[in-house]
Amino acid sequence: MHAPQTPTPLLQVDGVTLQYKTERHLVTATYRVSFDVYRADRFVVLGPSGCGKSTLLKAVGGYMAPTEGSMRLKGLPIRGPGADRVFVFQEFDQLLPWKTVKQNVTFALEASRKMRGKAAEAQAMRYIEKVNLAKFANAYPHTLSGGMKQRVAIARALAMEADILLMDEPFAALDALTRRKMQDELLQLWAETRFTVLFVTHSIPEATLIGNRILLMSPHPGQVKGELNSDGRDPVDAEGRKLSDRIHDLLFADRIEEEVTLNG
Amino acid sequence: MAEAPTTSRGSLMTPPTRPEYMRDTVAGSGIGVVQKPLRLWQRLAQQAWLRKMLIMVLIALAWELYARRLNNPLLVPTFGATVEAFWSGIRSGDILIKVVNSVQLLLKGYALGLTLAMVFTALAMMSRLGNDLLETLTSAFNPLPAIALLPLALIWFGLGDISIIFVLVHSVLWAVALNTHSGFRSVSNTLRMVGRNYGLKGPRFIIKILIPAAFPSILTGLKIGWAFAWRTLIAAELVFGVSSGKGGLGWYIYENKNMLDIPAVFAGLFTVILIGLFVENLIFRNIEAATVRRWGMQS
Repeated sequence: MHAPQTPTPLLQVDGVTLQYKTERHLVTATYRVSFDVYRADRFVVLGPSGCGKSTLLKAVGGYMAPTEGSMRLKGLPIRGPGADRVFVFQEFDQLLPWKTVKQNVTFALEASRKMRGKAAEAQAMRYIEKVNLAKFANAYPHTLSGGMKQRVAIARALAMEADILLMDEPFAALDALTRRKMQDELLQLWAETRFTVLFVTHSIPEATLIGNRILLMSPHPGQVKGELNSDGRDPVDAEGRKLSDRIHDLLFADRIEEEVTLNG
Repeated sequence: MAEAPTTSRGSLMTPPTRPEYMRDTVAGSGIGVVQKPLRLWQRLAQQAWLRKMLIMVLIALAWELYARRLNNPLLVPTFGATVEAFWSGIRSGDILIKVVNSVQLLLKGYALGLTLAMVFTALAMMSRLGNDLLETLTSAFNPLPAIALLPLALIWFGLGDISIIFVLVHSVLWAVALNTHSGFRSVSNTLRMVGRNYGLKGPRFIIKILIPAAFPSILTGLKIGWAFAWRTLIAAELVFGVSSGKGGLGWYIYENKNMLDIPAVFAGLFTVILIGLFVENLIFRNIEAATVRRWGMQS
């Protein structure tokens, strides 16, 4: 019997080392990181702060070039920022304050020359409705709550119908209740439109809930520790251990060992 | 985990256990005042223009009383006499002509100053050298009073509008360029990344992201530039007098001082103030309301 043929990856990150300069130091953010993202993946990059996950996302976004290795989207090397990879940031000020909710979405479509005029407006409204903000289409961002602002940012990104969404801890600045709701909404949207998302987070529960595939990274400099599968329900493995516990042990293994030696 | 301490006398404090309870909340209509319109005078007191108007009336009143007590129209004419001189100046068309002359010159200098400020800031945004150029020039020229350049301007351009426009440009350019530039630089990194994400580069990036995002600073620059230009113009006209046969408000003030027509001098100053108030409260205030306030970028 033949194994089902694996499709070609949408995004290939191959041996990427990222370095940036601060005023005094040359910092290596990630060291030889490799992973593949396939179409319709909810690919989560998980790691503690300092593991270079946000820097990695910026590099995929084209905002910085790797010092080593390559990144390819649909087989073509990534050169600079582009509307085929759309960002959703953590900060609420990612919306243009001088544009209404609807104008923020049409702005993205028109600036990237994807659509214009009536077509752009119709597309914008379609996605604003998807995030349940149709009532606020003509509101300015400063009148919205944090959760609503993030929903607008998600609508704007989705409306682009880009190859891949790049989400940089989009719910980290929200309160716990809103965050939970937004996570469910994101999964709902995924069920409807099957976008591909590369999602960066430092929260283990968020990673197991959102991701179907989780890349674990260790800090200083960021390196790949492994990739795990998830089904959103924090599954139990053959040894009876929960996924989130396994992740916790993997990421904080060093500390556990220390404790074991202390207690033993 | 450590074992919980037993609750005997002298042990650690624990809060008392109380019964739980549930309640139905009262509907809004049962509470009396939840929201109620303000009284007329309360609403009037909310209007900033009304409060400012009141201040101006009080100042006029104090002026009138003081001038009457002093009883020396050569030093301080009464408010009434000033208004009268102002009114007769308006009716004879004398003040209006001077205002038109002044404002025309002002607008020319202001427009040219803004254009140059735009060019300089665009250069500064596009290259590091441009940035250095702007920073050096603004730090060198911004503290230099425009009026100090007037003697030089007279030698270079002679007696005429060009000399005045030259000093006006100098007074507008650096203030506007400085504010615009610092506004551009304080645009958040997230917004910049958003702009580049959707493919904006070069001039489109400046127009669609930087200018609106820096608009509060730009507007401040425009206001400061306007005030500087207006002051410089009146001062230049005072020093410089009439150019090519038609004078402005500064000249009106100077001329009437020479003829010891002090109420008319006050009327000239009064006009300068009125125009300043008009521009600040009607033009700039409305631009603010339609832009930065509406966008929540300024409260």
